Amino acid sequence: MLWKTADYSGWGRVHTAHGEIARPERASSLARIMSETPAPAFGNRRSYGDSPLNDGGRAIDMTRMDKVLGFDPETGVVEAEAGIRLGELMRLFAPRGWTPAVVPGTGFCTLGGAIANDVHGKNHHVAGSFGEHVLSIALFTNGKRVTVSPSHNKTLFRATLGGIGQTGVILSAKIQMMPCLGTAMRVTERRLDDWDEQIDALEASTAPYAVSWIDAQARGRKMGRGILEEADLSDERLPSRAKPKSVPFNIGLFSNGLFARAFNEGYLRRIPEGGKTSDKPMEDFFFPLDKVHGITKLYGKAGFHQFQCVVPPDKTDALRDMMTKISRSGLASPLVVLKRMGDRRAGMLSFPMEGYTLAVDFPNRTKATKLIAALEAMTAEAGGRLYLAKDSLATGDTIKGMYPEWQDWAAEADKADPEGALINDMVRRLELRSKA
Amino acid sequence: MNETWIILGATSSMARAFGRAVAERGATVYLAGRDMEDLKGSTADLMARGAPKAQAVKFDARDPSTFSAIIAAAQGEEGLINAAVFVGSMPTQEAVDVDAALIDGTVQDSFTGPARFLHMLAPVIEARAGGTVVGVGSVAGDRGRLSNYVYGSAKAGFHTYLAGLRNRLNRSGGHVVTVKPGFVDTAMTWGIEGMFLVADPADVAADILKAVEKKKNTIYTPFFWRIIMTIIKSVPEPIFKKLSI
Repeated sequence: MLWKTADYSGWGRVHTAHGEIARPERASSLARIMSETPAPAFGNRRSYGDSPLNDGGRAIDMTRMDKVLGFDPETGVVEAEAGIRLGELMRLFAPRGWTPAVVPGTGFCTLGGAIANDVHGKNHHVAGSFGEHVLSIALFTNGKRVTVSPSHNKTLFRATLGGIGQTGVILSAKIQMMPCLGTAMRVTERRLDDWDEQIDALEASTAPYAVSWIDAQARGRKMGRGILEEADLSDERLPSRAKPKSVPFNIGLFSNGLFARAFNEGYLRRIPEGGKTSDKPMEDFFFPLDKVHGITKLYGKAGFHQFQCVVPPDKTDALRDMMTKISRSGLASPLVVLKRMGDRRAGMLSFPMEGYTLAVDFPNRTKATKLIAALEAMTAEAGGRLYLAKDSLATGDTIKGMYPEWQDWAAEADKADPEGALINDMVRRLELRSKA
Repeated sequence: MNETWIILGATSSMARAFGRAVAERGATVYLAGRDMEDLKGSTADLMARGAPKAQAVKFDARDPSTFSAIIAAAQGEEGLINAAVFVGSMPTQEAVDVDAALIDGTVQDSFTGPARFLHMLAPVIEARAGGTVVGVGSVAGDRGRLSNYVYGSAKAGFHTYLAGLRNRLNRSGGHVVTVKPGFVDTAMTWGIEGMFLVADPADVAADILKAVEKKKNTIYTPFFWRIIMTIIKSVPEPIFKKLSI
């Protein structure tokens, strides 16, 4: 059967959708679907909110469109169908000296999803966003196949990067990978005692990969304490050591303050006073949580939200106020990340801006959604921005005010998809397009 | 070690996953099927994954004139020639009940077409004194049931053919693995009501490759289907005929 009726959700499991889903396995079936009943596409649904959803309508699951269409071992250029996982590209090509230049925190992110969200990684301050490494994209848009690139259909290319699938269904893309000598990362971790140390350490870091973990349960003088992780490519060859584990059922450990406090204390003590340096397999460094299948069940069955913002570099005080509010609430899960971000971004709706980005998971409860609303207002006040790949709560006005190129983007999306066939639940919620 | 795999029905997701698994260990692959555009895409995919050579070849289970060219091409390769058969078609039992002519095509796709191909290939395997045939059957072939006995009987015929071929090739060093998958998450089962314990095609492919390496005769994949089918097969016919499972 072509269409299957199903209930599905994004990664946070707060928004859900009910509708028909097709999962084509061949280019010919996808082309048929797109010319007969075009619908928005999704990949592995690792976006937290409602961008992969089309409640009451149809959607296309792209995960079986996952062929590598070409690889040049001399240049490191790879062309692949949109449904391939970035982790798979790393697994296939890192042993041969090439790896995707930018990967987000999960290897399950598909190539199409990486483009549609213009994702960034732990090396954003040196490598920029994913879209900057995209050489061309094949789109199916308004009944036909078009190719867009930095030199050809340039505006549509910029609208597609970070464009949450609104300019066409992404069929395949050609990307430039970066050279690597081994399949490991040399990682240095050290403890940081408070917020000021965090900011100073991130500001001073010269490592190509740098990210901080924060103990969001620590208050008072210890507020902001955590671990700075700095890394560079290593020439060691290490296969992934982590064994897959799974969370068998919904158990709200991550939404339990006591558990979070105990976990954070242990996590911090993992690193000796003097810090430590070790070689880690690439997969374990980039995708630390991928081996825990069903990890979102740790938030219980109500699901969870991730708040991720970026604020300008001179607004660290605003960010400290946010962090103070978060730690006082006691609501944050152990998964909290702070990172210095560069100014590079590839698309009109790309998230990155020069400054600091903070990501925090919260269980889906009234108290948490109220807190997130306050954090969103503080972000707006600081001239910052929220990340569409994570958002599930913001209002359209808030988002539009944060994305200066929003109107140009909307015009381009409407031109590419005049019938509004690709509009998804997020675009409807935020009223990002005229047809939404 | 040179090895060549001919994969029949190479556009299916199970076959695609199996092709990737053998490509990663350096096998030359002939991808046989009807959708040449898709097969060409797969050749690029397999070469990027480590196959020194991958070639798309036309194969139609209902058109035996397509068979000999594939065998001739594979004979040009050095080393052992192996084949994996993933073809088959499963019209719904309701559709067959309306149009009995659908039985012919189902039997050709799932049994006589691939059997005829393997019969033409058998002398090659004998001549090279080795090689493995993987035949993908189905748990549906273990017992005739109301819900899909036409497809099931075609697969049962194929199982019996594979057992005979195993007996024959064993004399010259060849081997045959009969694979009986339960429900697999493929385009064929997408959206069908009543599916449970659905297996990922990549896991099934890994099971098959392991069975090839260990020279297993018949495997169920996932393994627990052996237990389920043992129970289903053990129900006495006077009772079974009244059931609808």
